[in-house]
Amino acid sequence: MIDKLVFYLSYPFVRYAFLVGVMIALCSSLLGVTLVLKRFSYIGDGLSHVAFGAMAIAAVIGLTDEMVLTLPITIFSAVLLLWTGQNAKIKGDAAIAMISVGALAIGYLLMNLFPTSSNVSGDVCTTLFGSASILTLKQSEVILCTVLSVLVIALFIAFYDRIFAVTFDENFARAVGAPVNVYNLIIAVIIAVIIVVAMKLVGSLLVSALVIFPALSAMRIFKSFRSVTVCSAVLSVVCTLTGILLSILFGTPVGASIVAIDLVAFIICVIIGRVRLK
Amino acid sequence: MRRFLLARLRLEETMSQLICKDLKLGYEDIVLVEKMNIEVKKGDYLCIVGENGAGKSTLMRTLLRLQKPLGGEVLYGDGLSPKRIGYLPQQTVVQKDFPASVREVVLSGCQTSLGKHLFYTKEDKDLCRKNMERLGIESLAGHCYRELSGGQQQRVLLARALCATEDMLLLDEPVSGLDPMVTIEMYDLIRKINKSGITILMISHDIHSAVRYADHILHIGGDYFFGTTEQYLASPVGAKYLEGASEND
Repeated sequence: MIDKLVFYLSYPFVRYAFLVGVMIALCSSLLGVTLVLKRFSYIGDGLSHVAFGAMAIAAVIGLTDEMVLTLPITIFSAVLLLWTGQNAKIKGDAAIAMISVGALAIGYLLMNLFPTSSNVSGDVCTTLFGSASILTLKQSEVILCTVLSVLVIALFIAFYDRIFAVTFDENFARAVGAPVNVYNLIIAVIIAVIIVVAMKLVGSLLVSALVIFPALSAMRIFKSFRSVTVCSAVLSVVCTLTGILLSILFGTPVGASIVAIDLVAFIICVIIGRVRLK
Repeated sequence: MRRFLLARLRLEETMSQLICKDLKLGYEDIVLVEKMNIEVKKGDYLCIVGENGAGKSTLMRTLLRLQKPLGGEVLYGDGLSPKRIGYLPQQTVVQKDFPASVREVVLSGCQTSLGKHLFYTKEDKDLCRKNMERLGIESLAGHCYRELSGGQQQRVLLARALCATEDMLLLDEPVSGLDPMVTIEMYDLIRKINKSGITILMISHDIHSAVRYADHILHIGGDYFFGTTEQYLASPVGAKYLEGASEND
């Protein structure tokens, strides 16, 4: 088994996969707590569908690097969703359902109308579940993913104290004159970038799992914001590495393997949390 | 501009921290309070009473500049800025399962300093520790906020509010959901803070405690009254509601 692993690791694309996997796992887990507690989990889900639609459009136009299109569209939708959430004419969750399902339908429609390869259902499956895309990354994509991940991590650290304040009590933050709308905007942009980058790893349907699971698991065991954040980052990286490793060794789909490991970690954390209570 | 300067001048003469002038409160086309005139001086303890939906929370939001009044104006003086009012909001659903330590929550009261610095400074952390000691929760610093009792949680939020101000606290129903013993403790604590020179503005349901602890009463919704507690007790409004409240007890 070790031999097999060493053999695989001699290929650069496998090493890329590990590098990108770690970066994505790290940044996707950071905002998990904020997303879960601000009841933004569904925004992550909605955005991933939007990103799927954007990806389909990019494929139809024939863009070599679809992130050029998916990134701005997803960021725009994130800002829009956050905005409608606040000035709720259409209720926030209804708006999200509308946008996300609409994007999903249009994406699938486009992929069928203008097939870029003979295997449409294969393409769709790849985009939704990320099947092997992490192993087919070009060097330029690896660089872009890394740069975006570093950017997200840097932004998160720089705004750490503010993100805590605005997540814990938005009204208090407003009362002491903090620019809450600006912070929310920054959070939305970070979420959008995370979704687009993480889609490479696990596909658009499984993205929210990557964002939510580590945070939920960490919250079972740890009691302060900082320890939960650190724990979910570590957990996310460990689960992702394990997932990629298993998928290489046993030929299972990468995204599904990672999420399955995340689920196992969550169950373990629940049990540890229960035992600690007693 | 001239009007503003004149108002400013008048404020400095009287040294009031807060003046509401002909304030009209409400939202969209529902008017809750018409022509409210109040004046708060440093060290006052003002209780705002009135039924549910009378506009108490709307008044709070207006004083904090979270909401615009329908008419009239709110003037701040005696070195008070609306950003330097410590606010104790009612608890939100989010906080019920928020993983945060007591220290983290109290420290977030120092947010105004984040306007100048990237992170909380050493001074912020000292202030945070000082306020935890002041409220007797320094031993809870590392504890998880969501696992505390209701009374302890209120102390934590009070410590946070104190980090944001040296002048005025705005408390929104600080004893709601607390049991009787803890309620008395909380009232004593608030009185202690008031004695140290911090102005207290408190929304309350509990008219009896309001007249026991506060030196000024603002009654809104239906009947309107503003004055000292003695005046309130002697007024027809006060008599009516105190009687009503004791019948309910």
